[in-house]
Amino acid sequence: MMGWLIFAVVFWIAAWGANAWLAQRHGHQKWAQFTIPALFGISILLLWEGLVLGLEISPVILPAPSQIAQSFAASGPILREDFVQTILKGALSGYLMGCAAAVVVAVLIDRSPFLQRGLLPVGNFVAALPIVGIAPILVMWFGFDWQSKAAVVVVMVFFPVLVNMVAGLAATDQLQRDLMATYSASYWQGLFKMRLPAAMPFLFNGLKIATTLALIGAIVAEFFGSPTRGMGFRISTAVGQLDLPLVWSEITVAALAGSGFYGAVALIEKLVTFWHPSQRARA
Amino acid sequence: MKSIAPVLSVLAAILVIWYGATVLLNSKWTYDQAARAGESVSISHLLTDTMSQKRPVLPAPHQVAQGLWDGLFGQRFTSKRSLVFHAWITLSATMVGFALGTGLGILLAVGITHSRAMDLSVMPWAIASQTVPILAIAPMVIVVLASLGVTGLLPKALIAAYLNFFPVLVGMVKGLRAPDAMQLDLLKTYNASRSGTLWKLRLPSSMPYLFASLKVGVAASLVGTIVAELPAGATQGLGARLLSGSYYGQTVQIWAALFTAAGLAAILVIAVGVIERVVLRRMGMA
Repeated sequence: MMGWLIFAVVFWIAAWGANAWLAQRHGHQKWAQFTIPALFGISILLLWEGLVLGLEISPVILPAPSQIAQSFAASGPILREDFVQTILKGALSGYLMGCAAAVVVAVLIDRSPFLQRGLLPVGNFVAALPIVGIAPILVMWFGFDWQSKAAVVVVMVFFPVLVNMVAGLAATDQLQRDLMATYSASYWQGLFKMRLPAAMPFLFNGLKIATTLALIGAIVAEFFGSPTRGMGFRISTAVGQLDLPLVWSEITVAALAGSGFYGAVALIEKLVTFWHPSQRARA
Repeated sequence: MKSIAPVLSVLAAILVIWYGATVLLNSKWTYDQAARAGESVSISHLLTDTMSQKRPVLPAPHQVAQGLWDGLFGQRFTSKRSLVFHAWITLSATMVGFALGTGLGILLAVGITHSRAMDLSVMPWAIASQTVPILAIAPMVIVVLASLGVTGLLPKALIAAYLNFFPVLVGMVKGLRAPDAMQLDLLKTYNASRSGTLWKLRLPSSMPYLFASLKVGVAASLVGTIVAELPAGATQGLGARLLSGSYYGQTVQIWAALFTAAGLAAILVIAVGVIERVVLRRMGMA
């Protein structure tokens, strides 16, 4: 048992040394910038495994990565059911509705300076509030199923996207607007051909923030009541049954879903705003 | 100052919509009650009844205000029904976590700016971890720590610290790298040591970045603490107040707790903003 611990610590130190050497010698090459974080991640996982096995920590407190992987492989159907319930039905539908509503409202208030001056401070204020707190209220109104989770997500993503979109619609300068005016462009032509494209970098900034918020809203809302499936439900019941490997499997799914969701939005951003300097610089 | 009138009219519009929604959402209960008693509902009865139900679907604004006033000033501050008491429990955990997360974030950021190996290995993970819904697993962390015998303020503070940690880390790394090559070269001609450069150039020039992250971080800390108070064991704090309200259908209690949390968040963000303005002005940066 002690062998595990010593092996893990030695491996961690060796990996750190290798990373330091790589960073010194090849820090500017592309392959090193993938290898170094990967090696660091693997060494952390091994250290975790070694500590749990070596110090004989009970899986009730902290399961080893290998146990989590076993549980992950064994409970595929449960994980898939929870994924569909929480991520696809709750988070994704709420995300789409909330973001669409925010964009439409942003375009509407952009036409009226009065509304802009009135709604923006309120929107900024609300964006800083602990909005998750409305989860119990919305669960009461919309019932236990995914509709209430989607409602929580709608409210959570609405304000960050709104604030960013309004800033984006104001991003064109006077010169560009004057150019459209000399073309005798109508309001709608100016909106679709100039201001919406110019707003895209700002919009995607908000959309990326909203991906994490959507998952948080959907999972936290399940703590206030849910049908007998869903990630939040599974996490709270599995903790009650001391089935910690299953809990960590759910966390893995949530982490993968979160990164995948974010990555997908970032990919769409790359396709839509290919013209923006921040995207061109990377290519 | 010219935005006061628009803001006020938006707020007034929200109030009007809220009162309208109150009548609409609560009318079902009123009609049910009337049907059971065999009476018909007049308009005036509908209006007064929907505004004064004990467990409304949506409490009217004045009911929430009443609940808020009762909770804040109607009890002794040490009473378990006082919102000041619960807000204090939440605030203390938030502040401990906030201090912890800020300290750790600054330390790690200093390490990252001085070691290329650390930068390349830790930063990608720090950024990737931002996309993971950490907040959602907070209640689980609390339960596991409780089974180890760690209860009370510390587990909540850990969650708050974790949520504050990443904004501070990312902001400080950016801030510590903010000095340009000319300034760094000047210090080199002074033969300044690395720690001298850190104290006299890098840290001062990172202050605007630090405060920008702290404003995000303090709000995140508060949300983290409130969510950490949700597991069934907790009886104190604004999160526990929300949960018990939702179990017993005490909607007024939920809304009062929610508004207290909102007020607390606003106070914290404003406080950080005031400190920012004072510090930056003293340093000649604002």
